Amino acid sequence: MSDRKNDSTTDVSVHSLSNLDLEAPEKTYLDSNELIINMGPQHPATHGVLRVILKLDGEKVLGTECVIGYLHRGVEKIAENRTYTMFNPYVDRMDYCAAVSNGLGYCEAVEKLMNVEAPPRAQYIRVILTELNRIASHQLWLGTHALDIGAMTPLFYTFRDREEILKIFERYCGARLTTHAFRIGGCQYETYAGFEKDVKNFLAFFAPKIDEYEALLTTNRIWLERTKNVGVISGPDCIALGVTGPVLRASGVKWDLRKAQPYANYAKFDFEIPIGTNGDTYDRYLVRMQEMRQSMRIVEQAVNGIPEGPIMGKVPKVIKPPVGEIYHSIEAPKGELGYFIVSDGSTQPYRLRVRPPSFVNLQALDLMVRGSLVADVVAVIGTIDIVLGEVDR
Amino acid sequence: MAEEVKTPAPPPPPEGEKKPTAEKPAAASAEPAKPAAPAKPAAPAKPAAPAKPSGPVPMPWTSPMVEKYRSQYGSGLDPLTYLGQNYLAVDRSLIPDILRLLRDEEQFDYCVDITAVHYPKREKQFDVVWILYSFPRNERVRVKTQIADGASIPSSVPIWPTANWLEREVYDMFGIRFDGHPDLKRILLPDGWKDYPLRKDYGILQQDQEWVQINLGIESGQ
Repeated sequence: MSDRKNDSTTDVSVHSLSNLDLEAPEKTYLDSNELIINMGPQHPATHGVLRVILKLDGEKVLGTECVIGYLHRGVEKIAENRTYTMFNPYVDRMDYCAAVSNGLGYCEAVEKLMNVEAPPRAQYIRVILTELNRIASHQLWLGTHALDIGAMTPLFYTFRDREEILKIFERYCGARLTTHAFRIGGCQYETYAGFEKDVKNFLAFFAPKIDEYEALLTTNRIWLERTKNVGVISGPDCIALGVTGPVLRASGVKWDLRKAQPYANYAKFDFEIPIGTNGDTYDRYLVRMQEMRQSMRIVEQAVNGIPEGPIMGKVPKVIKPPVGEIYHSIEAPKGELGYFIVSDGSTQPYRLRVRPPSFVNLQALDLMVRGSLVADVVAVIGTIDIVLGEVDR
Repeated sequence: MAEEVKTPAPPPPPEGEKKPTAEKPAAASAEPAKPAAPAKPAAPAKPAAPAKPSGPVPMPWTSPMVEKYRSQYGSGLDPLTYLGQNYLAVDRSLIPDILRLLRDEEQFDYCVDITAVHYPKREKQFDVVWILYSFPRNERVRVKTQIADGASIPSSVPIWPTANWLEREVYDMFGIRFDGHPDLKRILLPDGWKDYPLRKDYGILQQDQEWVQINLGIESGQ
């Protein structure tokens, strides 16, 4: 037994393990030996390059430590060396599954700093695209999360349907993933001819598809076994750990920035905040499924009420916000995405801080998997819905 | 931006900025808010109209909560509001107490973010910023303090567990040490990395070449 322990610890760098008790006394053969294994950084279930060091007692997880930073590009440093306009495309590369949300948060933060507002038509276009992106992000989450747990079919279904959203993005701005859809002060592009028709067609097409996903999973015996009471986290724990987004709501806290502190023009739309009760992986699944339906409601109202008018506000060509600082945050598909910008009155941000939801939510992984099985770690990483591009920035 | 012609009177903004601090020691004894209140209409009246192109200035922030703490801590606390966002500029010595009070008494139960800003020309080079949110009040507040290079600051992990990774990132990027942090080490950069990249004197193309050569086996990361 002790040999096995030694073998498996060889490629773990011990210096980063101060959290875990490596000095555990040698046990007799009858005792269970603690085992330290390394998951990732190259592992299909970590959704990117995340390394999780697991301390195990047999199949039971005694503790974890995340090693991150493999995708660190220094986005905040880059921001200080680019103008406000030039930095805009960079934010798409953080959470690349929800690039539109990132862009919305950034543009609104700079607009707030400059005390300007996007015109109503631009606001509607923003809401439509952002909510479509939320659906796309949740679809990608569902497909990959189900695949991790062993259900392969949802991946094909969700990617098939996500394609329709990406086509709308492509027709609107030419890009599918890193859209750079918005500009500071509004939108650069007017909607293309047939945009509204495309969006309405998508809504009609997608409504039965969610039912299809749910038919595959919601009452599926294997799905229930793998997700019920797995990765449980309580509401107060979520708040203490700063966890936001669907994870927080699945733990019974009814909090969504679109309602709590409405930005863009979300106050105009009628929608509900779905919440869960148990805070387990299954509830988080249900919450996200409901969120897709609510997003469809918002898109429907927005596309029917889209006003005529200009799409760019009165913004100078050279963006030069006055001296000051601002924090603005939005409800991204993964949680609270915030931008803290300090301006020194020049064309470049003096300091730009991104408050990434994935980074903060990932911190809860340890609490959520302690005491559960190794296989559940995979389920929990999936259910937190992290994007490593955003964790590492 | 046509209004820029009207700029002859932009000196008021810096003055307006200083006003609250200048008045505080005199008013600290009895009711600090009242003397601040007459200054408030005076300050915006002057800059509001002409200073528009140069932007708004931080104003004194008055609320029952702030009043309470100002009578308690006096000049160590400077409550300001800018573009509708409230923040407290707090003396470094008050740091763990104010944060704890904000959580325990004022229900700021969610620490949204902790970050820092580097001002190399200042004597106290760093601003450390806590962004807090209260679920019961649906309200945000920022707490700011200034510390010198090399100085440390008490960790807020005992107050909000979420501060763990956030403080590690501040340490990683700025080299600010948090006393009492359970596991203060680099988080995004490799453990052996030298220097702190978000300091202003760290160039955008700069890298720890030695680390790159040893660990990646290549001449340069550029």
